[in-house]
Amino acid sequence: MQARGLVKRYGNRQALRGVDLGTDPGELVAITGPNGAGKTTLLSILAGVLEPDGGEVLAGEGEVGWVPQQAALYRRLTVAENLLLFARLEGHEDPRASTEEMLELSGLGERRGEIVARLSGGNQQRINIAIGLLSRPAVLLLDEPSVGLDPRQRARLWEFVSGLAARGTTVIFSTHDIQEAERYGGRLLVLADGEALFDGSPAALREDVRREAPVAADRDFETAFVAYLQHRGH
Amino acid sequence: MRWLLLKDLQILRRSPLQAALLVVYPILIAILVGLAISGGPSKPRVAFLNEVPADSRISVGGQQLPAASVGSRICSRVECVAVKDRAEALGKVESGDALAALVLPADLVDEINSLSSLSPGAPKVEVLVNESDPVKAQLVNERITTLLAQANLAIARRIAAEGGHYLKLLIDGGELPVLGQSIHILGLRATGQILSALEPALPPGPLREALGQVTSFAGEARENLDIAGPLIERLAQPIQVDKVAVGGASPPLETFAIAVAATLTLAFVAVLLVAGSLALEREENAFPRLTRGLISREGLLAEKVLLGVGVGLVVTMLMLAGLEIFVPLQWSRIGLWLAAILLGGAALAAAGAALGAAAREVRAVSLLAFMVTLPIAFLSLVPSGAIGGGIYDAIKIVTAIFPFKPALQAMTAALDSAGPGIAGPLAHLAVLTVAYSLLARLALRRFATI
Repeated sequence: MQARGLVKRYGNRQALRGVDLGTDPGELVAITGPNGAGKTTLLSILAGVLEPDGGEVLAGEGEVGWVPQQAALYRRLTVAENLLLFARLEGHEDPRASTEEMLELSGLGERRGEIVARLSGGNQQRINIAIGLLSRPAVLLLDEPSVGLDPRQRARLWEFVSGLAARGTTVIFSTHDIQEAERYGGRLLVLADGEALFDGSPAALREDVRREAPVAADRDFETAFVAYLQHRGH
Repeated sequence: MRWLLLKDLQILRRSPLQAALLVVYPILIAILVGLAISGGPSKPRVAFLNEVPADSRISVGGQQLPAASVGSRICSRVECVAVKDRAEALGKVESGDALAALVLPADLVDEINSLSSLSPGAPKVEVLVNESDPVKAQLVNERITTLLAQANLAIARRIAAEGGHYLKLLIDGGELPVLGQSIHILGLRATGQILSALEPALPPGPLREALGQVTSFAGEARENLDIAGPLIERLAQPIQVDKVAVGGASPPLETFAIAVAATLTLAFVAVLLVAGSLALEREENAFPRLTRGLISREGLLAEKVLLGVGVGLVVTMLMLAGLEIFVPLQWSRIGLWLAAILLGGAALAAAGAALGAAAREVRAVSLLAFMVTLPIAFLSLVPSGAIGGGIYDAIKIVTAIFPFKPALQAMTAALDSAGPGIAGPLAHLAVLTVAYSLLARLALRRFATI
């Protein structure tokens, strides 16, 4: 996936100011930054849900899977019915087999017959991601996937996502939790006020902090990150 | 599209309250309409006290007229509750057991008879009304006024008929019963004939000339009184009603009632279901995911309209089948029924889609659907002439914009051949379907806002 010079305005406010992003297969890219930085806007544009005011996104049709922040599924249907519906809508030759595959992948096989509304937020998010994977995308976009999950659910979610990346799927996720971005993101894209401040590995970000705000460089990653943002005027 | 349709039906099945309402509502409407139709128009309960002695008769010129049966005439139009005295009548009205009380006093006939005497009285009947409820008071006032007008008319006709009988006797002659004896009346016609026969027998001169004048008077009086007969008859009802139905024959009232019930059912099912189902796509956050290549916005709208039409068709047909118990329907016209339901359902469903896309939230959508559908349905039933011209024109425009009225017209025309044809309403519905679909499509642009 290649995105070049993405610009988006909401009235007078500029949500994205010429953001570039290129990814390689199997990469785990964390888009992070303070609230209102433009993370969801960038993901929505990459997903094709939102039209940019400037710039372009290059990705093959059907190659990008999108998992919105709030679970996009039918709460009155069962787990299996949701997967089967979206497999059918995706035009799978054998939607039942795809459903079984996703049930296996998400680890929800035993709960296939349960109404989604009765599942925990974490399990709903796993189905949400599984639906996003039904199109067998080369790139999977996850918008704040761990919001509202308890630590145990978060750990299971990241285990699941890391497994996808290990199998070659490029995963781009947004998060405002910098510790999570450091732990699971092989690469960080830091946004602030719609501007891309940093694009590189967590270690490279710490090196930048060491140069720009040495006092915070050896402290925890969140403190170092905040110092970095402050140094850049955010 | 079919998988989304299947999904919506699955969700409907999983919402027992919603599904039950969809089935129970039309059945309830069908039963209520059926009972209302088969029960006939209700008669208001009126306490009736007839104190007039049974043998009293209205008399004209010393002759008693046959009984006018005022009591039975009144009781054929209202549900009479016989009471013993005025106090009981008053109690019935005060308690609400009777809408009003009508008291015919004992001297009513005497007072009527005094009208032709030198000291005419004022015949009166007493009406007791509980006016605590203004609507009820107006209803009772109108009913009682109508009833008394009809009673007056019946009496006037009886008097006019008797007057006509006496005139005929005066002109043509005959037997007049007086105090149990029969008196022969010669009549003007025979008088004129006798005088004409006598006239040549008299020698010319003043006597013959005078007899000629009397003969001529008898002839003129007969001819003029011939005209008086019809005039007296007309006096009882000087203005006659000559009703001409314009705009073709109207369907029977029960057919119209069935059409109203069916259209109301179709409107609620189609508008609520489609608006709610579309808003649910947004509430479940599924809309962006669906329209990201899985289905176009137009396809999604078409699916929702199809859902509304399909469920509306089933529910409306169930309701019509239920009404068949009360009123025989013309099943040979089922093709037209289907056309009316399908196109009416499509226009109503498209309106529901526009509402759903505009309101976006299921609760807001439900409220909006009720707020729009119910008043429009009531306005669609307001007949022309019942209100001021300007207001009616405004109502006409409003009801033409929403699909309820054309759907009702199509349904009425489909159920019965009387009245205006079905082509006009169907064309109107087709235009509204396109217009509301376009509106819904426009509203979906805002619908997708994250």
